[in-house]
Amino acid sequence: MKAKVLLSLILLCGGLAAPMARAGDAASAAPAAPAACELPPYLLTSESRLPKVADAVKAGKPLEILVIGSRSTTIPSSESSSYPARMEVSLKDKLPPSEAVHVSVEIQSKRTAQETAATFVKLMEAKTPTLVIWQTGTVDAIRSIDPDEFRSAVTEGVTALQKTGADVVLMNLQYSPRTETMIAAQPFLDNMRVVAQEHDIPLFDRFAIMRQWNDQGQFDLFNPSRGPELAKQVHDCLGRALAQFVIDAAHLEPAQQQN
Amino acid sequence: MTIADQVTGSTIAGTADAKPAGITPRAAAPAITLPAIGERELRLDLFRGLALWLIFIDHLPTSLLTWFTIRNYGFSDATEIFIFISGYTAAFVYGRAMLENGVVIATARILRRVWQIYVAHVFLFTIFLAEISYVATSFENPLYTEEMGIMDFLKQPDVTIVQALLLRFRPVNMDVLPLYIVLMLALPLILWSMKWKPDVTLGLSVVLYAVTWEYDLYFSAYPNGFWAFNPLAWQLLFVFGAWCALGGARRMSRILASPVTMWIAIAYLVAAFYVTLTWYVPQLGHLMPKRIEQWMYPIDKTDLDVLRFTHFLALAALTVRFLPRTWPGLKSRWLRPLILCGQHSLEIFCLGVFLAFAGHFILAEVSGGAAMHALISLSGILIMWGVAWVISWYKSVADKSGAKTKNAVGNADLAGGG
Repeated sequence: MKAKVLLSLILLCGGLAAPMARAGDAASAAPAAPAACELPPYLLTSESRLPKVADAVKAGKPLEILVIGSRSTTIPSSESSSYPARMEVSLKDKLPPSEAVHVSVEIQSKRTAQETAATFVKLMEAKTPTLVIWQTGTVDAIRSIDPDEFRSAVTEGVTALQKTGADVVLMNLQYSPRTETMIAAQPFLDNMRVVAQEHDIPLFDRFAIMRQWNDQGQFDLFNPSRGPELAKQVHDCLGRALAQFVIDAAHLEPAQQQN
Repeated sequence: MTIADQVTGSTIAGTADAKPAGITPRAAAPAITLPAIGERELRLDLFRGLALWLIFIDHLPTSLLTWFTIRNYGFSDATEIFIFISGYTAAFVYGRAMLENGVVIATARILRRVWQIYVAHVFLFTIFLAEISYVATSFENPLYTEEMGIMDFLKQPDVTIVQALLLRFRPVNMDVLPLYIVLMLALPLILWSMKWKPDVTLGLSVVLYAVTWEYDLYFSAYPNGFWAFNPLAWQLLFVFGAWCALGGARRMSRILASPVTMWIAIAYLVAAFYVTLTWYVPQLGHLMPKRIEQWMYPIDKTDLDVLRFTHFLALAALTVRFLPRTWPGLKSRWLRPLILCGQHSLEIFCLGVFLAFAGHFILAEVSGGAAMHALISLSGILIMWGVAWVISWYKSVADKSGAKTKNAVGNADLAGGG
C-alpha cells in the first residue's frame, strides 16, 4: 500500500512536470492510478454491499460483469478505451491472478430507462452475470421524461435485475458542463439516488466524480476539441474508480487484493 | 416606458399591517402620490432582490458562491421567495386597482403586464437559441456525443420555435417566467374571488394543490415531459402571498408573534438543515433513519413539495418576527443594491437569466478557473445593481418631467409584482 502511495506521488510530480506524458501513462495498465484520476474517498464509498460479488471472489468463481448503458458508456470508435474495458483491466490488476474477470457491455443508445428496463428479462436469460452495472439517466434527461416515471422505470429495472440473482450498481449521468444550461440533470440524479437508497444498492456517482475532476482542474471538461484523447483519459479514470468502487462495496479483504 | 403599471397610493384597504398611524384612508388615496414612496414595504424589495441574486448564482455553474445560496441550507430556495413576494405585490397593487377602478380595468392592466412578461420570455429564448446554436456548431468533444443529442431540436426549428412561443418548449433556467405568466393570467380570478371571500379563495387554492398531488395533474411540455414548475401546485404560494397582502398577514400576526410558532419554525429549519447536510456529508447519512428517508424523498420541486412549502413558511415566519418593517437597516446604503434590484424585479430577473447564459459562455469559451468564476458572479451582481440603479434614475427623471400627468408615480415599481 505504501508503495502505491509513493508511486502516485511520483506520478503526481511527474504529471505536473510533464503533462504531455500523462496520456501515455493512462493508456498502459500501470498499477497505480495516474494523478489525474485522484478522488476524495467519499466519492468512492458506499454503504450498500455487493454480497454476490464477494461470494464469487471468495469461492474463486469467475466474476462476470455486465455493463448496460447508453452511448456515454462508449467512446466512438475506440471500444477498448471505454470505461468498461478499463475497469476490466483494473479489476484483473487488483484481484488475485487466479480470479477470472469478464466484462461484457450492452449498449442501448437513445433508449430511456423504461425502454431499457423492458429488455432486461430477455437480456438476463442470455447472460448470467454476477454483477450488473446499469448506467442510465442521460437519455431521460435529454428528453425530459417525467422524473416520477423515470424513478419507477429505474425501480422496475433494478428489481428485474435483482430477481435474476445479480448484484446491481447504478451509475448516473456524466457531468457535462457545456450542456449544463440545456439539460436539467438534477431531478434524474436525485431520483437515482432515491432508488439506490430504497433498494440498498451502491450508486456510482459519475456526475459528482467528473465534476470533482473538472473543478480541481484535473480535466478540462469544457474542452471543445474533436480528438479522442480527453475522452480516453476520462474513461480510463472512470474505469479505475469503478473497479475500486466495486472492490470496496464487495468488502473484498485487502488480502484478496494484489497490492 | 412603463414596464410596470402605474398605480397610485401605497396601501390597500385591509392591509393594516402596512398602514402606520396617520395615513389617509383609502377614499383619499388617489391624492397621495409621492409620499407613498416612504411607505413602501422595503422588506419585500429587499428579499425579492435577494431572491434575484440567488437565482442568478444558482443558474451559474456551482462555485464557492453557490454555498451562500439558501438551497444548501434547507429544502426551499430562492424561487419560493420570488413567487411568494410576486403574489404579495401583485395582489397589493392590482387588488387596489380592482377596488378603485373595477374588475375590467384591473384585468386589462394585469393582461398588459402578462404581455410584458411574455415578451421578456421570448427575448430570453432568442438569446438562448443563439447560444445553443453556437455550441452545437463548435463543440465536438467525443466524450459528450450523447449529451449533444440535446441539440437535435435545432433540426426542426419550425416546430421548436412555435412550441417555445406556446410556452411548451422551455430550456433549462427559463422555467420561472412561464410559471409567472400563468399565475398572472389567473390573477384576475384570484383577486375577484379574494374580494369576495379571501379565506375561501385560499381554501380553494389548497384544494387545487391537493387535487394536483392526488391526481398527478400537470402542464405538458414539448417534446415531452411536463413543466418544471407545475403552476397548479405553485399557485398555492402565489395565492398565499396574495392572501397575506390582502389582510391575511395582519390576521396572522398573533400566530406569528407567538413563541410557540417561533420554536416550531426554528426546530423545523434546524431539522431541514441537518437533512441537507446529509446530502453533502454522506458520512452523516447513516444517522438518518431509513424509514424517514423513504418517506421524505424525493423532495419534489416541480410540484412544490409540502416540505419545501413549510420550509418557506418557517423562514418567512422567522423573518417577519426578527426583521420588523421599521428596522433601520432597511434604509442603510449597504442594503440599497438589493432593494434597488428587488424594485425592478422583471427587468433584473431577465437580466440575471441573460447574465447566467453569458457567464456560462465565458467560462466555457475563455477560461474556467475559480478566479474567473468568482469574477463572473461578482460582476454579474454589480451589473444587476447598476442596471437597477439606472432604471430607478430613469424613472425618477421621467416622473419629474411627467409630474403633470396624474398617473406618474414613484410607486410604479411595486405594480410589477415581478
